[in-house]
Amino acid sequence: MTRPKRNWLRHLAFAGAAVALLGGCDFALLDPRGEIGVQNRALIVSSTLWMLVVVLPVIVMALLFPWWFRAGRQAKYTPDWESEQRLEAVVWGIPFVIVTFMAVGAWTSTHELDPKRPIESDHPPIKVEVVALDWKWLFVYPELGIASVNEMAMPVNVPVAFSVTSDSVMNSFFIPRLGSQIYAMAGMTNRLHLIADKSGEYPGISANYSGRGFSGMRFTARAMPQEGFDAWVAAVRASGRGLDWESYAALAAPSESHPVEHYASVVPGFYESLIDKYRAGTGPGAPHRAPHGGHPVETKE
Amino acid sequence: MFGKLTLDAIPFHDPIIMGAGAGVMLGGLALAALVTRLGRWRWLWTEYITSVDHKKIGIMYIVLALVMLLRGFADAVMMRTHQMIAVGENTGYLPPEHYDQVFTAHGVIMIFFVAMPFVAGLTNLIVPLQIGARDVAYPFLNSLSFWLTASGAALVNVSLVVGEFAKTGWAAYPPLSGIAYSPDVGVDYYIWSLQIAGLGSLLTGVNFFVTILRMRAPGMKLMEMPIFTWSALCTNVLIIAAFPILTVTLALLGMDRYLDAHFFTNDLGGSQMMYVNLFWAWGHPEVYILILPAFGIFSEVTATFSEKRLFGYRFMVWALVGITVLSFVVWLHHFFTMGAGANVNAFFGISTMFIAIPTGVKVFNWLFTMYRGRLHFTPPLLWTIGFIVTFAIGGMTGVLLAMPGADFVLHNSLFLVAHFHNVIIGGALFGYLAGLNYWFPKAFGFTLDERLGKASFWCWLVGFYIAFMPLYALGLMGMTRRLNHIADPAWQPWLIAASVGTAIIGLGVVLTVVQLVVSIRNRAQRLDLTGDPWNGRTLEWSMASPPPFYNFARIPEVYGIDSWNASKARGEQISPPADYADIHMPRNTAVGFVISGFLTAFGFAMVWHIWWLAIAGALGAVASFVWRAFDRDVDYMVPAAEVRRIEEAHLVRAGGEAR
Repeated sequence: MTRPKRNWLRHLAFAGAAVALLGGCDFALLDPRGEIGVQNRALIVSSTLWMLVVVLPVIVMALLFPWWFRAGRQAKYTPDWESEQRLEAVVWGIPFVIVTFMAVGAWTSTHELDPKRPIESDHPPIKVEVVALDWKWLFVYPELGIASVNEMAMPVNVPVAFSVTSDSVMNSFFIPRLGSQIYAMAGMTNRLHLIADKSGEYPGISANYSGRGFSGMRFTARAMPQEGFDAWVAAVRASGRGLDWESYAALAAPSESHPVEHYASVVPGFYESLIDKYRAGTGPGAPHRAPHGGHPVETKE
Repeated sequence: MFGKLTLDAIPFHDPIIMGAGAGVMLGGLALAALVTRLGRWRWLWTEYITSVDHKKIGIMYIVLALVMLLRGFADAVMMRTHQMIAVGENTGYLPPEHYDQVFTAHGVIMIFFVAMPFVAGLTNLIVPLQIGARDVAYPFLNSLSFWLTASGAALVNVSLVVGEFAKTGWAAYPPLSGIAYSPDVGVDYYIWSLQIAGLGSLLTGVNFFVTILRMRAPGMKLMEMPIFTWSALCTNVLIIAAFPILTVTLALLGMDRYLDAHFFTNDLGGSQMMYVNLFWAWGHPEVYILILPAFGIFSEVTATFSEKRLFGYRFMVWALVGITVLSFVVWLHHFFTMGAGANVNAFFGISTMFIAIPTGVKVFNWLFTMYRGRLHFTPPLLWTIGFIVTFAIGGMTGVLLAMPGADFVLHNSLFLVAHFHNVIIGGALFGYLAGLNYWFPKAFGFTLDERLGKASFWCWLVGFYIAFMPLYALGLMGMTRRLNHIADPAWQPWLIAASVGTAIIGLGVVLTVVQLVVSIRNRAQRLDLTGDPWNGRTLEWSMASPPPFYNFARIPEVYGIDSWNASKARGEQISPPADYADIHMPRNTAVGFVISGFLTAFGFAMVWHIWWLAIAGALGAVASFVWRAFDRDVDYMVPAAEVRRIEEAHLVRAGGEAR
């Protein structure tokens, strides 16, 4: 990893995470398993600490002043004290300094954490194309020619370059343990780069409400050593079924809490076609759709 | 004949909805029976429904807000208890098609039909009194605005029983809210209730903008206006600038749904991102429309109950203006995760952080107003102190969310949910309840029970922390919002804690109602004959409570901030004017009520595609408006003798009570 390191920030972040873990609970965002998540956490912890510099005194004053100057107690009373320039300078100055400081941090961290920005690594990234469907996630590995539903795998310490789209409504592609999320929207691609530092099975979700089956729109991101990943790829290839437009039409029909599925092959140009069909208005993926591309009317029980 | 509407639209199979519907109907019948028994129908019609008096309209707005608060809170209770139960194997008691309506309705109701009417109500009640005006600039429009808001609220409530509400979340993002993915009537209810209520809000904005700029008492310079009036001015500027955006956005969404347009669809060149941008270009200023009046209330309350001038009045005003301007350049922070470039995200993140500066200044100035004051721990002051502490935390998490790099993991999580409840409950709602306790005696002539008010405050405060701090934690655990089912059983204890907090808030809600009921029953002992129960500083306290319908027997001349306080210091408060003059007043009118009735029918008909009724409703509304435009008999004179009689009666009553 060659991203800029800020050691003191990490120590603070680690301390924060340690406190959270002492509570015996699993705070996914404070215990990330990848470089991007570590940077997200550092930002959360350091920003919070900076703000506490002003927030804590405010809370203390908000409790102390009313009590100290309560009616009936003979404290100093200046009913017409309306302004004092030095005090006003402090009152504007402190928030201004802290916000300016944080703004600089916001500018640099936003560029460092830009989801479009590739992760620098000794390993070339693997490409994964993600399609949000009603209500499941389809993962296509274009370089490997395989696809999977509600499960994806990635080798540890290898950056993953996600291209994210939707063939339905807006969703947000999010693996909390690994860091940043990105919206999945039909007819366009969003890019996101993530990496896993440790092996493990990390829950993935949609973080943007997408209708009836939204809660069950979950997948597992399996980070594993290279050998494990190769074995997973081999197992997917051995599954025998291919993803063509016919099987895709069946898959794309609305379903809830969809089981994991594997596809040994994928028709060429699959992902691009999904995006292009919205540009042209029609396309190879369209047949299963109602005239507007929607899912069938749900009837009330 | 009835468009898409059939008997199937009524969910007879759902005991929760049927029970709620039956409850509402029985409650309505009981209320109607009570009014009949008391013989108050005529009184209700002449004193309230047809009234153009800003004070009466303000009271009706606040009643609407409190009633809808009960509905919105019931939704909150359902969500919290459902999420608490629906973990692991258990699927809870609300199926997705119901649960998804509940969280959508909760958001819509709380924003549009609790917070907005509360703001409009307090503004109506107080601003004309604070600036020394007889009424607002356009009294008929004011009545129309209220009834349009009530019409929108009625449509939302009808959707509970007839058909369904939107299942899209309160922001109704397309393509989910488009006809392809939401073919049912829920989104149509959403569109038409918000369009009708939104028109009411826009008219209120215009009305108060003109009122504040043009109808101030002679001598009251802008920089001498009471701070609540300043906050109302900024709020109404925001309303005028922001609400048309919502109107257009919903109109485009409506064209997608009704006319097969493709503004926001996936295909044929539609752009869902455009909707999201437009929605939040309204939505972020809307946040400040809700919070700025609360800031104004806290400023008034702090000064009054500290027996001290507001510290840094000038800076408070500039902070309000600064927030007003900045609130229009931050909307993108609601969707950093949409995929904009780093420069764009960073710009909007930083502009958001800069709002923290004027906001921080306001907090410090409230603190320094208390400093070297003499503080009286009345319910309004307790709400204010509770606000400062709670808002400091909510502001902190807000700035944190403004960091794009942090938002990338916190976006749409329960951390976000906790944050905006932290500022909307701990900021806006605490302010409205402070305002309710503070100005209630002005509206009705007797004070609210303090003991119950304090008990309600403590329940709200403690309940808030127990309900929402666990949500911050759950957000950090990776829990996203709007889940109908929770897969991870480790989250359940936190959800149970949140439900306990909600129950405590519920106690606070009940105590608020009890406080109102008990105070009304004991009003004979709680009378405030002076019109100035708190030793107030601004003009609204210079008159009888409730104020005479014409407000001021003579329009006062104003010099300086806190002019009533200055008058009292000079010993002028009970000197009657040398003579009385005739007063020019607007007549009551039922047209606002009638137009809104037509528009309610229109909205309902549009939802169900009952075209003849839609045409009839629209024509009826336009015809009523035209009729009103040609009506010349809209005002009358109150004779000077009548004014004298009312004023002298007040002086006798006020003089009878030693101060």
